[in-house]
Amino acid sequence: MAKYMLIMRNTDESQARMMSTPMDEMIEHVGRYNEELIKAGVLVAAEGLDDPGQGVVVDYSGETPVVTDGPYGETKELFGGFYILDVTSKEEAVEWAQRMPGFPGSKCEIRRVPGIDEFPQDNEWIQKERVWREQTGQL
Amino acid sequence: MTTLEAVWRIESARIVGALTRYTGGDLDLAEDVAQEAVAEALVSWPRDGAPANPVGWLLNTARRRAIDSFRRRAARDEKYALLAQEDTDGGDGHLWDPDRIDDDVLALMFVACHPVLSAEARVALTLRTVGGLSTEEIARAFLVPVPTIQARITRAKKTIAAAQVPFEVPPPSDRKQRLGGVLSVLYVIFTEGSTATAGDSLLRADLAYEAVRLARTLAALLPGEPEVFGLIALCELTASRFPARTAPDGSAVLLEDQDRRRWDRSAIRRGLAALDQAAAAGRGLGPYGLQAAIAAGHATAGSVAETDWDRIVLLYEALGRVAPSPVVELNRAVAVAMASGPAAALLLVDELVARDRLPGSYLLPSVRGELLKRLGRTTEARAELELAARLCGNARERAVLIRKAADLSALQDE
Repeated sequence: MAKYMLIMRNTDESQARMMSTPMDEMIEHVGRYNEELIKAGVLVAAEGLDDPGQGVVVDYSGETPVVTDGPYGETKELFGGFYILDVTSKEEAVEWAQRMPGFPGSKCEIRRVPGIDEFPQDNEWIQKERVWREQTGQL
Repeated sequence: MTTLEAVWRIESARIVGALTRYTGGDLDLAEDVAQEAVAEALVSWPRDGAPANPVGWLLNTARRRAIDSFRRRAARDEKYALLAQEDTDGGDGHLWDPDRIDDDVLALMFVACHPVLSAEARVALTLRTVGGLSTEEIARAFLVPVPTIQARITRAKKTIAAAQVPFEVPPPSDRKQRLGGVLSVLYVIFTEGSTATAGDSLLRADLAYEAVRLARTLAALLPGEPEVFGLIALCELTASRFPARTAPDGSAVLLEDQDRRRWDRSAIRRGLAALDQAAAAGRGLGPYGLQAAIAAGHATAGSVAETDWDRIVLLYEALGRVAPSPVVELNRAVAVAMASGPAAALLLVDELVARDRLPGSYLLPSVRGELLKRLGRTTEARAELELAARLCGNARERAVLIRKAADLSALQDE
């Protein structure tokens, strides 16, 4: 078994559609999907992000980082939120992603979440991270 | 894993559940037609591409096979004649009913764990029909030849048909008892999967995961049952120690020697949350909940020394009341040794010996030997550890006991 992150990526178009969908309808769609994940015993964590218009972007292209108010401006895609699923394979994660209620224009990226065990355990920074994870009950 | 395997993994319980209802409770037929649909998909999906609605495709294909079967059997059996007739009125024969699908899956779990079946048969049938594992996967996980598992499943389905077990969620009157049966099957699957020292370890970890997954499904479909949460908590908290329980050379590491930094914190967090759910019902914890509470006592302690052993003793006492067993009493004695010292614990162990509660078990002399050693009664301790080694069936554990006994001889000689 492995952990996979399903990363929701919106575009301006899908974001606009989402914003114009009645809240109740949105909640129901997402709620039904979440319930399926719970019943299948695979849902570990999920979060959705606030309006990208309220976000801030820091750009490292220049010598000093440049801070601009979000949304990304020239960037085509907006990170919208994520799910973390406990499944047996990438294909199973992909199958779940296909069932996610998505608006046209949006995408979902599927990425494996490596466990801390996969990093060199004698590295002091990894050890520090382990302590922090212990203390805070992180994934 | 292919798309088909992924879909099957996610949907098999619902597909087989819906088909079992559709076939009037004929689990055998339902499973057969579902397998036929999968076999057909294996050929046509790679050739024509996966269908837009893979579940619908599998269900419809299986349904057509089922109708063929109804017609073939109609002449011999009125039940199938009726089913064949019913289905000619078009539509999808209310095969996929969103309002009933949860109950179909639950019914499938209860039938697969029915008391009419042997313990082994329940485990195999649950993994096959609810978990969607193949016969080969089950055989490999249990280190049993494929034909043995195959025969076990076939016989189980025949037994269910012969006993006319209804395809339903048991009525409230026997719900509690039947639920206990389901939980014990899931726990057997979990413990089988969590034995670190035998078989293909990766496959066995999958088996443990499968048990947790099925328990989570059960909790979602049958809310308000504290022992389901108790079982989830027990499994999660036990599994949280998996990363620390084996040494690089493959030998088992005892709880007291484990590097607790390696414990899986997210599993502990989920386990504690499930334990809270179990306790929230306010009816007191059942056997799984109490074992989970004991595991939680270890999971939240920074070390053996920091463990609240008095609380662990109380929890073992409570466990001994709701699920009396000599092994629980022995574990309580070990906890008493940690909380109040070896003398108090030895009294409990000697009582178990006097009542001959664990005849032939190496656990009793091995615990007694440890206690005697701590009390400085070295000669007796060595004799007990040697006895334990003679009784122990596991080569690796026997080696540990022999070494402990030898260490004591060295001590004496000094």
